[in-house]
Amino acid sequence: MFGIPEPWWSVIRAVVWALFIIIFLAVNAIVAVWLERKVSGRIQRRIGPQRVGRPIGWAQTIADVFKLLVKEDVRAEATDKWVFLLAPAIPFAAITLMFLVVPWGKNLIPLNLNIGLLFVVAVTSFEVLGLFMAGWGSNNKWALLGAMRTAAAMISYELPMVLAILAVGMTAGSLNMNDVVNAQSRVPFILIQPVAFLIYYIASLAEANRTPFDFTEAESELVAGANIEYSGLRWAFFFLAEYGSLVGTSAIAATLFLGGWRGPILPGPVWFLIKTYLLVYVAMWIRWTLPRVRIDQLLDFGWKFLLPLALADIAVTGIVLALL
Amino acid sequence: MDTRSFIDVIVFVAGGLLFPIISFGIARLLAPHNPTPEKLTTYECGVPVIGDSRVRFPVHYYVFALLFVVFDVETAFLYPWAVVFKQLGLFALVEALIFIAILVVGLVYAWKKKVLRWV
Repeated sequence: MFGIPEPWWSVIRAVVWALFIIIFLAVNAIVAVWLERKVSGRIQRRIGPQRVGRPIGWAQTIADVFKLLVKEDVRAEATDKWVFLLAPAIPFAAITLMFLVVPWGKNLIPLNLNIGLLFVVAVTSFEVLGLFMAGWGSNNKWALLGAMRTAAAMISYELPMVLAILAVGMTAGSLNMNDVVNAQSRVPFILIQPVAFLIYYIASLAEANRTPFDFTEAESELVAGANIEYSGLRWAFFFLAEYGSLVGTSAIAATLFLGGWRGPILPGPVWFLIKTYLLVYVAMWIRWTLPRVRIDQLLDFGWKFLLPLALADIAVTGIVLALL
Repeated sequence: MDTRSFIDVIVFVAGGLLFPIISFGIARLLAPHNPTPEKLTTYECGVPVIGDSRVRFPVHYYVFALLFVVFDVETAFLYPWAVVFKQLGLFALVEALIFIAILVVGLVYAWKKKVLRWV
């Protein structure tokens, strides 16, 4: 096409998609932080931000981004230089990679990978690597404790999450994200696999370090967790990644359980965004409703309740599908 | 496996890493930089820092980590089965159930041995 040889054409296509996803994640962080503050305000019977960008405060986070851009980037003497400096980039890269296999509409998918579900599971684990690098590289006791807890949460909630995704793969008979969406053309999987949806959603809150599982940053006991030594734009990137992770897990939940981009009248990407942000809103609602759990409660819940439940769900799904 | 998949993955990894790194470069040009000795100390609630954090740290949950490896490998085995189990039929289903049952026994054993505890 246009005299450009084929391999270069796919490179251009990939670059355009990557730029789109990166811009989407940046805009998402700005919108989601604003939404979170508005939602928390409403739930606590306050108004939330309103001064910058009257009357709803829409420009507040944009102003915050520019403020963070010109803030001093302090790196304490005791830190491990390169580990400390590069740690904020890792979670962001992991989330960008997660969107590689998420379909936005019919034929609107960056890469139609035949092992899409497995790919999602694989790349979500990278996020914790960045947080652990931050915790270790900071050479700070709070940060180290926060990072250790993040790792504990990851290894405990990865398993129920992987098994819930596996149940979806069994029902759809494929690990391809497009096939999973097409299998939901009549009934979304939330009605067929409600248990798997609940397991996935709870585990994804833990993976995204959201309340009630946000003991990794537990302001009241650990001050801020792994990102405590960071300031300026590096600190901002942890937040960007956190909200990216929230929208990423919500997008995957919307794709796997709510029928993805399928819906009447409106075009596919619009339905995809509606479903995704509906789940983002539910996560915010949960955050401002429930208190934080203790770390031992979290591990108990993960290993002694969610994991057996997820294994039972796999077994029941297998038996039911074999009988049908 | 075609080359396009690899091109896409490489481009996404590069983009995901370059965007933060370029942003840090821009912030370095815009942000002030005037360190003082006090500013460069590690934060510990404002009091002078006691020791280093490179100390021997009790990782309570190393048993969880071991169990995690076992179960993660298990799920890696179940993924291929999940895709084709409709074609493989009853035999494969019973085998997979036995496989899951063995792992459940392992989990119950760890549970009874009281290793699933954050001490």
